[in-house]
Amino acid sequence: MNEPVSTLWVYLSASPLTWLTVTLLAYGAADRLAARLGRPPVANTVLVSAMLIMALLLATGTDYGTYFAGAQFVHFLLGPATVALAVPLWRNLAAVRRNLLAMAAALVAGSLTAAISAVAIAWAFGAPADVLASLAPKSVTAPIAMELAKSLGGLPALAAGLVILTGITGAIVVTPLMNLLGIRNYAARGFAAGVASHGIGTARAFQVSDTAGAFAGIAMGLNGALTSLLVLLWLVFAG
Amino acid sequence: MGKDQATPTINIPAALTGLLACQLAGEVVVGTLRLYFPGLGFPGPVAGMALLFAWLAWRGGPGASMDATTDAILRNLSLLFVPAAVGVMQYGDILSRYGFPLLLALVVSTLLTLLVTVGVFLLFSRGDGESGS
Repeated sequence: MNEPVSTLWVYLSASPLTWLTVTLLAYGAADRLAARLGRPPVANTVLVSAMLIMALLLATGTDYGTYFAGAQFVHFLLGPATVALAVPLWRNLAAVRRNLLAMAAALVAGSLTAAISAVAIAWAFGAPADVLASLAPKSVTAPIAMELAKSLGGLPALAAGLVILTGITGAIVVTPLMNLLGIRNYAARGFAAGVASHGIGTARAFQVSDTAGAFAGIAMGLNGALTSLLVLLWLVFAG
Repeated sequence: MGKDQATPTINIPAALTGLLACQLAGEVVVGTLRLYFPGLGFPGPVAGMALLFAWLAWRGGPGASMDATTDAILRNLSLLFVPAAVGVMQYGDILSRYGFPLLLALVVSTLLTLLVTVGVFLLFSRGDGESGS
């Protein structure tokens, strides 16, 4: 690189504006790619944009902290977006009222399945206790999962990574799985997406239908609350 | 001035103010509760959602501005998870150390959770599926 160009790059690579713009460009590219391919589930916009950005960060030797200084402005909107979930909840209130029993039963069954099956499989393959503790809250939204992993003796950072990977996995498989089973109840589909794969599953559900999104949002919130309660009970009775 | 009443204009700043005010109020509620229950893991934005819901119930629903703004945010919810997803690169070492069992546990457990949740939901629902939309 000649000198003016490299000087400019030193300035740009440290600027939050660069990485904020890169985040939006990557998302736009991922969305266009998905549209061109006919929106196959593997062309998940979260997965594709994150891989594009990671490749760029590795190629330019930029660390995550520098990237996040710009990307934090997008990340920050997760708060208001969570508040915004009240609107689809309000719109689908009649369907929510009709399905209260189904939601309660599915929540308990799904929440227990998520934690127990993951821990059992990893344990069978010899994963150590701190990894198991980080895996247990994998289906819960990241801020809660990190707290829970810590209180169980796990690693919050590992838990955050596993939560994101679980979210992407669920977002990719939910639509083909439900279509394969011929399930057309979008309340049930959305609820399952929210229990299994928290916010990223909820984001996927909103791409499919408003009803699915509303139920996914409720499921995400309830699963966070129930898993916290289960972990508390575990710590009291087994710890 | 009277023109505003003829066509409902979308006031995005007003809707964003509403969302942020609810989140802020939610953080205050959770922060206050934490003074008494330090272990409380309840996130402020979720309390904010409950407050917005209460406000919608009191007002009889969202106005055109709140409707349009929340729609735009939630339809692009995927975008908001991108910075956190890029963060997985920080845990590359530890994730690859236990790569195979972790990947297997994640994929199988996520499939099982989807199947069990949707199955139990349908078992207990009154069969009035919200198909379409």
